[in-house]
Order: sequence, then C-alpha cells, then structure tokens
Amino acid sequence: MKFDTPAGRNPIDQQKVIGKPTDRIDGPLKVTGTAPYAFERNDVAPNHAYGVIVGAGVAKGRIKRIDAADALRAPGVLSVVTYENAGKLGKAKAHTATMLAGPEVEHYDQAVAIVVAETFEQARDAAKRVRVDYARTKGKYELKAVKDGAPIAKGDKMKTARGDFAGAFASAPVKLDATYTTPDQSHMMMEPHATIAAWNGDELTLWTSNQMIAWAVRDMSETLLIPKEKIRVVSPYVGGGFGGKLWVRSDAVMAALAAKAAGRPVKVALARPQLMNNTTHRPATIQRIRIGADKAGKITAIAHQTWSGDLPGGGPETAANQTQLLYAGDNRLTETHLAVLDLPEANAMRAPGEAPGMMALEVAMDEMAEKLGMDPVRFRIVNDTLVDPEKPERKFSDRNLVRCLEEGAQKFGWDRRNPKPGQVRDGDWLVGLGMAAAFRNNMNMKSGARVGVDRKGMVTVATDMTDIGTGSYTIIAQTAAEMLGVPLDKVVVLLGDSRFPVSAGSGGQWGGNSSTAGVYAACVDLRRRIAQKLGFNSDDVTFADGKVSSGNRAVDLAKAAGDEGISGEDSMEYGTLEKDYAQATFGAHFVEAAVNVYTGEIRVRRMSGVYDAGRILNPKSARSQVIGGMTMGIGAALMEDAVVDPRFGYFVNHDLAEYHVPVHLDVPHQEVVFLDTLDDKTSPMKAKGVGELGLCGAAAAVANAVYNACGVRIRDYPLTLDKVLEGLPVA
Amino acid sequence: MTDTNGFSLTRRGALVSGVAAASTTALPLDAQPLPAEARAATVPVSFTVNGKKRALDLDPRVTLLDALREHLHLTGSKKGCDHGQCGACTVMVEGKRINSCLTLAVMHDGDEITTIEGLGKPGDLHPMQAAFVKHDGYQCGYCTPGQIMAAVAMLQEVKDGVPSYVSTDLTAAGRIDAQEVRERMSGNICRCAAYSNIVAAIADVAGAEDVA
Amino acid sequence: MKPFTYERATSPAAAAAAVAAKPGAKFVAGGTNLLDLMKLQIEAPTHLVDVNRLGLDTIEATPDGGLRVGALVRNTALAADSRVRRDYGVLSRALLSGASGQLRNKATTAGNLLQRTRCPYFYDTNQACNKRKPGSGCAALGGYSRALAVIGTSKDCIATHPSDMAVAMRALDATVETVDGGGRTRTIPIADFHRLPGSTPWIETALTPGEMITAVTLPAPVRGTHIYRKVRDRASYAFATISVAAILPESGTPRFAFGGLAHKPWRVAAAEARLDGGAKAIAAAALAGATPTSQNAYKIPLVERTLAAVLAEGRAA
Repeated sequence: MKFDTPAGRNPIDQQKVIGKPTDRIDGPLKVTGTAPYAFERNDVAPNHAYGVIVGAGVAKGRIKRIDAADALRAPGVLSVVTYENAGKLGKAKAHTATMLAGPEVEHYDQAVAIVVAETFEQARDAAKRVRVDYARTKGKYELKAVKDGAPIAKGDKMKTARGDFAGAFASAPVKLDATYTTPDQSHMMMEPHATIAAWNGDELTLWTSNQMIAWAVRDMSETLLIPKEKIRVVSPYVGGGFGGKLWVRSDAVMAALAAKAAGRPVKVALARPQLMNNTTHRPATIQRIRIGADKAGKITAIAHQTWSGDLPGGGPETAANQTQLLYAGDNRLTETHLAVLDLPEANAMRAPGEAPGMMALEVAMDEMAEKLGMDPVRFRIVNDTLVDPEKPERKFSDRNLVRCLEEGAQKFGWDRRNPKPGQVRDGDWLVGLGMAAAFRNNMNMKSGARVGVDRKGMVTVATDMTDIGTGSYTIIAQTAAEMLGVPLDKVVVLLGDSRFPVSAGSGGQWGGNSSTAGVYAACVDLRRRIAQKLGFNSDDVTFADGKVSSGNRAVDLAKAAGDEGISGEDSMEYGTLEKDYAQATFGAHFVEAAVNVYTGEIRVRRMSGVYDAGRILNPKSARSQVIGGMTMGIGAALMEDAVVDPRFGYFVNHDLAEYHVPVHLDVPHQEVVFLDTLDDKTSPMKAKGVGELGLCGAAAAVANAVYNACGVRIRDYPLTLDKVLEGLPVA
Repeated sequence: MTDTNGFSLTRRGALVSGVAAASTTALPLDAQPLPAEARAATVPVSFTVNGKKRALDLDPRVTLLDALREHLHLTGSKKGCDHGQCGACTVMVEGKRINSCLTLAVMHDGDEITTIEGLGKPGDLHPMQAAFVKHDGYQCGYCTPGQIMAAVAMLQEVKDGVPSYVSTDLTAAGRIDAQEVRERMSGNICRCAAYSNIVAAIADVAGAEDVA
Repeated sequence: MKPFTYERATSPAAAAAAVAAKPGAKFVAGGTNLLDLMKLQIEAPTHLVDVNRLGLDTIEATPDGGLRVGALVRNTALAADSRVRRDYGVLSRALLSGASGQLRNKATTAGNLLQRTRCPYFYDTNQACNKRKPGSGCAALGGYSRALAVIGTSKDCIATHPSDMAVAMRALDATVETVDGGGRTRTIPIADFHRLPGSTPWIETALTPGEMITAVTLPAPVRGTHIYRKVRDRASYAFATISVAAILPESGTPRFAFGGLAHKPWRVAAAEARLDGGAKAIAAAALAGATPTSQNAYKIPLVERTLAAVLAEGRAA
C-alpha cells in the first residue's frame, strides 16, 4: 500500500480502541519477570556454552601477538576465537569499526577475542588469561584539538544557507554569538547487549537484543559473508536500546563465531564496564550559534555551526538540523562539520541531531530573549513559522508549536517567573523557572505486517517490529483491534522475528506511526480478502463488534475466517509527502530548578510540558515515552558525561557507578499534556513519532531554569556543581 | 491475564496459516548437569527459593544472581550491571532486599530467598505488580522486577522504622511521602525513566495520598 | 573472578587464623565491594573465609556510655538502631547517605571501613595504578581527577577513600577492635586506622595480614547538633564529591571530619579550634597544604561553602 496523498477518513478515526490509555498487553509478563530477554532463552539452547569477550586494552594500534595458551588450558574452556582463527570476515556497511579487531585496533575495548567455556565463571576467568601485546600508535581523541580544519560532513543538508547571513547578522541591532559544548554520552540501557547464537549446519539463529531486525540480518550477512536467507534473528523483548541496539554489535558477531568454533550454541552478554567503549555513543559536539534580531524580537539572521568527531568513515552528529526548520528568519546558515577521532564509534543515540542541537539552540534562544528584554515564550512565538524557512514554498504538514508554548506556559504558571535571575530564594535554595521548545523531525519508514484471523475469531499480528519499551505490542494490538472491529483481548501480537514481514523497526521515533501504519495496510488487505470471501462489496463493509457487515448482512468474524482461517499481508510505503511537507513534532518544556546557594547542587523540582505528535495512539504509553525523554534531558543537563582521557583515548568512567544517569531522587513528578491533533500527511494513522520528542529541548529547559535561579550561565554541559560555583556569589 | 495478553502457547497453536510460531516463553527448567571437568571444586548449597527447597552444587564463584538465572532458570531477576550499580538484580533474602549480583550463592546456605517469580504470576499479580501495570511503571521492562522487589521490601523497611537520608527527623516513626519513596528507591535505575509512574504505583499500594 | 576455595569460619579467632595461614586468603562479609572487585580481578583471593555467621552482628552498650558495634552489623541496622539515631545522628545520616537500600542491607560495619577507592584508574586493569599493581605508576595523575583527592596525596596516588560511615566515625573518635591470627586482640583509634598513600598506596589501613575487625566502639555520645552533609551532583546513589560530618556541641569545641578529600577521612584538630573565624577559617586550616589538580580545585571553595551551610544549619537547630 502506498501512502502518497493525505489520509481521508478511515476506520482508525473511530477511536474505539486507538487513542485509549490502555494498559500494556505485555505488562503482566514484564512485572512478573516472565518476559524472556535474549540471554534468558535457556529454552532454545539448553546445551549452550558461555562466551566472554576480551576487549582491546589500547585505543589505537596493532596487535603484535595474542597468546591464548593459558586461556585454552583453563578449566572448562572450549575455544578462543580471535582474528587469527575467525576466518574471513566482512565489514558491514553500517559499521564504522569492525566488530572484531585484528591486527589493527580501531578503538578501546574493541573485541579482540572471545573465550568460550562450559560456565560463565570459567569463561570470565579465562578471558583474563588471554594475553595480548599491542604496538600502540598515536591517535586523536579530543574534539577541541581537531575541530579547526574539520570539513563539512558528507551528506544531505550538511551545509545550508538562505539570504545573506553575514550581512544581516552584522547589521542586526541585537545579536548573540555564543559557543556551546555537549559531551559524549552513553546509551546505558538497562539490558546490556546480549546474544545466544546457534548454528544448524550453515544456518544461524541469533536470539538477541536488537531494535532493527532486518538490519541485523543484513549486517550479520555482510559480516559473516553468508546469505541473508541463512540467518534468523529473534528479538521479541529488548531491555532498552536508545539507538545503541540499532545495529548488531560484537555480542552478536562474536557469539556467532564462538558458536561455530565451539560446535554448540553460545551465550554472550557484554559486561557493563565494556559497554561504553565497546559499543557506540553519542559524540560530543561544539556548537557555535549566532542570532541577530530586530528590536521587536524578529530574527533576521541565524547561524548554527556544529562540530563532532568519529572514526574514519563515520558520520557526524547532525546537531544543526533543527535550526533549519524551527524558527523564522530570512538570512540563515547551518554547517555540520566532521572531524576524525579515534574514540569508539560515534553513532545514534535517542534523537540524534536534535538532542544535542536543542541543548545549544534553546539556550541561545534564552540568552537572546534576555538581550532583547523579551519573555522567552514570547520570543519563540514571534519567530514561529508555518513554512520551512529555508524553502518557504514548503509548508509544515501541521505545526502547533505556538499552542504548545501558550498552553504549557499557562499550565505551568510561567507568569510567576521573575525574568531577573537570582531573585527567588527558598531556604538554602535559589529557585528559577526555565523553558525550551521541543522539536524533533518526523520520519516514516516502510513497514510490513501479516494479520490473520482464526476460526475462533482470534486475530494474530506478526511483524518484525520491536518493542524496546516503546509500547509497540500494545499500539499494534490496538490498531488491529480497531481495524477489524474486535476487542483488544482478541488480538495476539508477535514481534521481533526475521521470519515475520519486515517492519520499520525502532529508531528515530519512526516506529510507532510507521509500524502501526504497516499493520493498517495488512488489515486493509485482510479486510478486502474477507469481504471477497463473503462476496461483500468491499467498499461498504464494516468491521465492528466481532462482525463483518455489509448492507443488511452480517457475519461473525470467526465464521468469516472459517476453519482454515484467513490472513492478509502488506506494507505501507511512502510517496513524496515527507518531501512536499515538512513533518515534525513539537512541544514546550517547562522546568523549575533549584540551586543550592552554598554548594551549587542543582535539583529539578517541577517539570511539565505540552506536546504535539499528531494522533496519540495510546496516551498512557506515549506519556511514558515523553517522561522518559524528559528525564534523559535531566541527565543530559546535569550529569551525563562520558569523560575522555585524551592520553589513552577511552571513556574513563565506563560503568553505571561513574557515568551517572538520573535516579529516582533526581526526578520530580512530571506532567505531560498532548494536544492530540491529527496529521493527515504522515500516514493513515495520522500520528507522528513521540519517542524522542520529550528529550529534545528538555536539557535546555533545565539549563535555562538554572540560569534563572542563580544567574550563572553555563554553556558547557553537563551543568555540574563545580561550574555553578565559579559564578555563584558567596551565600 | 494470560488469556488476554496474547502470548500464551495455546494462542499460538491457533495461528492462521502463514504466521509462523514465534518465540516460546522461557519456562524454568531443572538445573542442567555440567560435564565433569567443569564441576571441579564445587560446594554444595541449599536454600529455599520462593518457598521451594533447592539444592545445588556450585562453583563458589557463582553469584546468587547467576545461581538463580543460570542454574535455576529463574530469569526474572535481571543482570543490568553485575556490580551493584543498578538494582535490576534485587531479590529478598530473609525478607530484606539485596543486590543478588554482589553476593555468592554459597554464602546463602539455609537462607530463604524470594524472587519476582515468587511474588505473583500473570493472572495472579501481587498488588505491587498490578500497580506497576496500572500506572505504566515500566517501559522496556528490564529493571522492572528489581524495582518491584525493591518497592515491596522498601515499604516493609518503612514499617520497620528504618529512616532515610531525606527523613527530616531521624527518630520519628517511618512516614512515607514522595521524596521518601524516591530516596529509598534510588538504588534502582530505570534508564527508560518510568520514575514518575513508579512512584505513583508505589504510592497507590502504600495508600499514601501526598505522594505526587 | 579467579578460582578460590571457600570456608565458613566458626569463630572470629578461627577466621583470623584461617586467613593468616593461607597467603592470598581474604575475609568475606557483605561482599558488596569485594565481589565487585573480584569480578574485575582487581581482587583475586585464593581462599575466602566467610565471617557472616559469627555472631558479630549486635550493638551493645559499653560501660562508659558508648556503643560497641559488631563488625558484621549491617549498615541499615546500624543506621536504624534507635540509640544511634538518637545519640549518633551524624553516623546514622552518613550511613543513610551511602550507596542504596539494597547495598546497605548487605554491607557491614567492618567492610565499610575497608572499602577501596573508586578511582576510575584503579577500576580499569589496563591502566597503571600503584594500588592495584605496586610500582606500575598512577594514571590518575594528569588524568581524570575531578572526584579524587586534594590533600594528603603523594606522587604515587591521589585516590580518595569512598566511605561516608568512616567520616562520621572519625568525627566520633571511634575505635576499631581487631583479632589476629594468633588470637591477639587490639584496638586502633580510627584516626590511625586509615593511612595516607605515601609511597605505598596499596597499604590502606593499619591492619596486619590476617587481622580481622571484630567491632567498632563509639565513645559516649557528644550532645549537640549532628550533621552529615554530603555534596553530589546526582541526588542519590552517588559517592560524595565532598562531605562534612559535623558535631556542634552547645558549648565547647566542634568537630569536623571530611569525606571526598583524601585517602582517609580528613580531620584537622587545628581547624576545629577556628570556629570563631567561621567557615573560611575552618576550611583554611583544614585544607592547609592541599594540592588539588585543575579538575578538582573546586573542592577547596566547596569545603568552605559546605561548612558555611553546616554552621548555618547548626545555628538554626
């Protein structure tokens, strides 16, 4: 099915099941610990051995010698696989660094070996007995040291311009020129990457934890140099991903190699301290933002230049992208630069581009509003645009940023904010309010599904879509229930298996809208087949209350399915609506933060927002997505910092004790309001992504609240207390 | 309810043609015997898990968490960090919550251990489990068993008069409010960040009204 | 984790004898720090002596009005003890500020004193660390040192001691009781228990090989305001950037001990005599001779500021 014209009225609009705050259908399994994650599939591979990965001890260099003799002699050890005995391997196009080092080492903790043993304890000990000698070579590890001279990144929209930025900026009566930095960040999903690999002849099955099943099959095929048809990937439960499981990592590749070598299924999980340097991370950025405005606050010039680094052949953090679309202004410039760094592979983490980009842009907007003597909400409203400001003939499909800002301000009590910083004190705490816009692009991806009805009227949906905590199981069930006129408890959803039709997968906040649109397409196909089978005119058939009706005829769905059952299958593909219209999601974050007058400690006291992401398919799980993003924004603002040791080229604080993510006490009660609009240009679901929106701008709202609280403007994230203290007056 | 969540095996048996049988649920199996060479220098240990006596012969290096997950196939307790930095492995030993990753199984001879599997089952949920479903107190689900075990034990700690760092008066009897819940639950990290909902779920069970 | 043998001790003296008899043997109590390090092979004992069931888990009143805390009393039990809450608030609060509910249920009094540093270079076996591998050097020097020591450091080590409990005990002038492999007992004042790194940073305490902590004794309570102020970016479940344990008696000399500054809980008698000079004078005396790095120099003003907060809280109490 192709979606190439705006959606008309369709069965989803009934909203009998869709749009309801339904409890997650996978909830009972998750709260009882019976939802099986990859490493727990003891049922599929009862005779498995355990693999433990040995990571490189240097960031860049060459392996001179690997001595596995001690490891091989250790009790229970079955095999040790290194580049010397792994056989010929390819490098997947999606991977910047290889999953197995040798002889070159491309980054710290890159896998250099896997040790397989009967038990986990034996494998872990034996892994320490593998001795690797390296010839270390000099690498580049600090972004600020390589920034100058870093070229514009390759790709679309890496340099955009309209009008005469330089001239307009020079002549603007009010202007800001500020540079912001964001640090490297780590996904730190709760379930470390894990895989069980089993070979049956030349066929490989991976029970793994992965967001994108079809990509996983493709990348394993390109790495192991075996046909895609010989690979099955199963990932029905994923303990968080945030982009860190978009592509197969060393756990999957090394498990496959280990299983081949050991002649048995092998289980592998990355140890938590390996995650940060072995897998991917969000790269640090340096961002220069210049904004010029007239005295009324109309932006006349805006430029956003950003720099990040990656291994040779890698990609940039597209932190300037939202600035191409978010605010009006006739004279504009964006540039995305990419330097070469020898750190571990930089790649997507939740809302790549916008997450760090909004951390800078939305603080710049706050600074500019202050220069103008304008309220920051008002400044954003004045510069709203309903068209792509780089291409004014291109409209937004639907844009309600102003409503988000106005309703959010009203609900939060923004009018109580004192625009002068450092004025409100509550005991030992200086209290401030801050806000930021939320903005994240909406993307649609081709997505397929198969839907069947059996003779009992049970509906089964199968798609390789994943649920990484996003609520896919539930919204897919809701979609099928709505389309086929059955209650939710008549729907079974099967996800995360490469034997099912290829879906959009989970990434870039495209999963919710795209995967349900794919289910919609499959349901349309099934409805047509059922109508045809019943001899109904498919144009006037309705599916409701477990019945298929046409005119005065009505047949039970179960009966229509018959003893054989009936199924349909299709994909939703997209035409040019995404090009014709700018599609994005919007919101407004509001934060109350407190800064301790003595210690500079920062605590978030209140956090709320109003968000627009088209139709909200399930307000309960969508809200959870947004508060999850908001909380990651607290982390980004106040603590998350993968610290590079520039001497040795690795992230030093590589575990959860030292890389801090927010804990319960960091997070206040959060209020989320959805506008719940309909965007007919995105898909028949009229929905947009919501999984990343809550993060975009949240950290800036915290930073702006901190400034309002204490008057210290920090442009280098995270806002740790030492940076606050530098500007904090003596209590 | 198992019947309504659509994941039971019986439902799968009723799949229409073309929809392949998918993953099966991981059912606890009996401990797998290991080959002789891997069993050197083991230590016998027996304890009660969820009311059932279990006897194992273990490499002393096996943590309580790995004994549960890898030997008893009680995989509800999760391994998030294996270093006491996340709380996903929380179980109760003799009624008290601990990180099962930082204790050796052989140190628990004779102990009574409760895991998430002992709290409730789909269709027969413990009130805390039901509250997590109702308040959407999870997303990916990986930290969830640990959060729930910690929450149940934490409410008992409050009843037992254990103060917290945010208690204004150390000598006052245990009182539960949102800040107390947050501080006492801070050893359970949720990267999906369902925190706001988890606090609501706990407040629901605790009957606390000013938890917001 | 390297293979080891395991035994459950039958008495404190037997446990000490067992550890003394076997090179590479260690006691295991709560295990929350030891197992963490064993998994990374930072600790690699060949034999573990389990001291959990030796009856060392009681808190008893002493004849002079203090408390004798058994070595195996769990952190939660100590923090929640009604006498500790009433008379040793600084200790209760310090304990409650540390780690998490789960860890405090397992971690013991003795184990808490024996915690090893959280220096990230100590924790990464690819890096040089004189504590982990004597003579290998100190990667923290010139490295990521934001959380590390500012005073009492050496050219071989700038690690901090991570305990909160020990800081409160330092302010309380606690005494550590031990038994060694020969059954001999002795007491060590807490001031002498932890060592500065000097040229032997791997020697962290006054304990001799095989010597086992049996109890920690708290002297009779010091009446007044007890405060434990832990400063950190993450609101909970984080080690201190710095902390202050303060006892402010209604009259007489106050006591201040500091965490997060040094290789041991930091207390300077001269600083306590400077109360009249306020936070500035106390901090200056406490930090005399400090040698911070560019990354942790913020701790110097932070100590003064936190002291100011503590003094203000004391005045308000």
